[in-house]
Amino acid sequence: MAEKIKAAIIGPGNIGTDLLMKALRSELIEPVWMVGVDPESPGLSRAAEMGLKVTSEGVDGMLATMKADGVQICFDATSAYVHAENSRKVNEQGALMIDLTPAAIGPYCVPPVNLKEALAAGSNNVNMVTCGGQATIPMVAAVSRVQSVSYGEIVATVSSKSVGPGTRKNIDEFTRTTAGAVEKVGGARKGKAIIVINPAEPPLIMRDTIHCLTDELPDQDAIRKSVDEMVAEVQKYVPGYRLKNGPVFDGNRVSMFMEVEGLGDFLPKYAGNLDIMTAAGLRTAEMFAEEMLAGRFSITSSASV
Amino acid sequence: MDLRGKKVVLHDMCLRDGMHAKQHQISLEEMTAIAKGLDEAGMPLIEVTHGDGLGGSSVNYGFPAHSDEEYLKAVVGVVKNAKISALLLPGIGTVDHLKMAADLGVTTIRVATHCTEADVSEQHIGMAAQMGLDTVGFLMMTHMIEAEQIVEQAKLMESYGANCIYCTDSAGYLLPDQVKERIALLRRELKPETELGFHAHHNLSLGVMNSLVAVEAGANRIDGSVAGLGAGAGNTPLEVLVAVMDRMEVNHGIDLYKIMDVAEDLVTPIMDNPIRIDRDSLTLGYAGVYSSFLLFAKRAAAKYGVSSRDILVELGRRRTVGGQEDMIEDLALDMAKARGLI
Repeated sequence: MAEKIKAAIIGPGNIGTDLLMKALRSELIEPVWMVGVDPESPGLSRAAEMGLKVTSEGVDGMLATMKADGVQICFDATSAYVHAENSRKVNEQGALMIDLTPAAIGPYCVPPVNLKEALAAGSNNVNMVTCGGQATIPMVAAVSRVQSVSYGEIVATVSSKSVGPGTRKNIDEFTRTTAGAVEKVGGARKGKAIIVINPAEPPLIMRDTIHCLTDELPDQDAIRKSVDEMVAEVQKYVPGYRLKNGPVFDGNRVSMFMEVEGLGDFLPKYAGNLDIMTAAGLRTAEMFAEEMLAGRFSITSSASV
Repeated sequence: MDLRGKKVVLHDMCLRDGMHAKQHQISLEEMTAIAKGLDEAGMPLIEVTHGDGLGGSSVNYGFPAHSDEEYLKAVVGVVKNAKISALLLPGIGTVDHLKMAADLGVTTIRVATHCTEADVSEQHIGMAAQMGLDTVGFLMMTHMIEAEQIVEQAKLMESYGANCIYCTDSAGYLLPDQVKERIALLRRELKPETELGFHAHHNLSLGVMNSLVAVEAGANRIDGSVAGLGAGAGNTPLEVLVAVMDRMEVNHGIDLYKIMDVAEDLVTPIMDNPIRIDRDSLTLGYAGVYSSFLLFAKRAAAKYGVSSRDILVELGRRRTVGGQEDMIEDLALDMAKARGLI
């Protein structure tokens, strides 16, 4: 078997477990630790059954041996509140942190748009923005790489069942973080993000609408081509990422209507919003792993965020 | 129905819900003139913001003629007795908007969520209550769930600090008995000091009737809009409600002739189209669809050659909620493709 980079997942909830199931199929990542805080957590028992080392004592429970266990990449699927501390601890042990929380202490990473830059920067912490950001920022970038975008707006509509208590308690964090990344990663001068939660049964598949306002009249052919190429890039790690309608051109407005269906690993298929986070997190880890295996990337324990 | 002596606080919507009907293009002059007229007529509360609340300015909902800040500053400056309220939909606006509104002199914040999603309002209701504002939890589209579920959600908002809970008929779909059941159960189950409000849309011509039923069942705040200016077939026409309440000896505190004059002389002349129950707004009420979808459906129908009624009926069938305006163009495109039109 080819060499893989060993990884730890912090947070054995829905996201962490879905990520684990995806990581177990990876050619480049080998999950070895699952870290939780509740000994009764079903996610921890599941991980243990799958042969991972587990602890219910948080990151501290893994720190003593993580270096010896060869952990080079950690995923944080807990909450923004504890993320900074988790990140500091694993960075000290020389591991890269991939942040699936909205803490965003490291640079934003949307794989098909700026993963290479994140790699080149040698960051020891990268943030996966938000589910809405992962689903829409590639499309904003697809337009902004053709011509300048004065304003990018995204509307993410997600099923009620797929929105956890953390997001609900701090929904402003979603709108702020996503809008910020529409600017910083998507390349729009001004960004706006809207999230709508729909409780319909059966749950609706995640939908996303992306509106860009271009400075000059849109170059329709070039944008269509760029959008198609970008959709294909995202489909490499989220096969259920679909352009339903558009791009629609209306004056300076370019609009795209997307649907994101998940793989249904641990999370149900309608929760494409969660699937695209775990898939993007794993995709990011794999790109770093390739560099690590080729000896082109390393983090020193002294590096701090 | 005996409502004699009941005290009701009326809350005007024409400068907020009316923004939908005006595609958010009310001028500052129009806004201040109407607000002044309402103030002089004795209106205790006037709502001012983008139709979709603070931060609603967007491609999705429409860019307004002026920012929320500009509107609020202008209106707060011209009213003497009326209090100004602002609407906030979590997911669209944030606590930053809330603080901005409070700094400009807004004293009532209404935090609106879909009727099943009250828990996204915790940070906004909590902040507004902490700031000492009159804090309202505004449950939208309440026709979509049963009274018992509404109570659960209302209790969440109450626990976050809301001192008033609204049962909102965003689609203008509720029948009088359904209003009665919802308000009566809320009155029984919420704290006695928690105020109760009702917000109607006139899509089935029941705005006035349902508002009276709500008062009878225990609501003490009633939304309406002068000349009905609001989304869909508009809100409960306030001058009509005031006339009826006058005859029923409800204690509403409004000067009937003055509010009639505001409706006739200031609000009706600014309408882009008559606010009436046309085929499409009737469809909203019949199919249970969010009232501000109306003009979006009409535009999509005109652009893609499909029927706006068909679009609205399908939006109802899919159980869309407030804020999903982006579904309308997407759906119209699907329908046009299916019919070989594009």
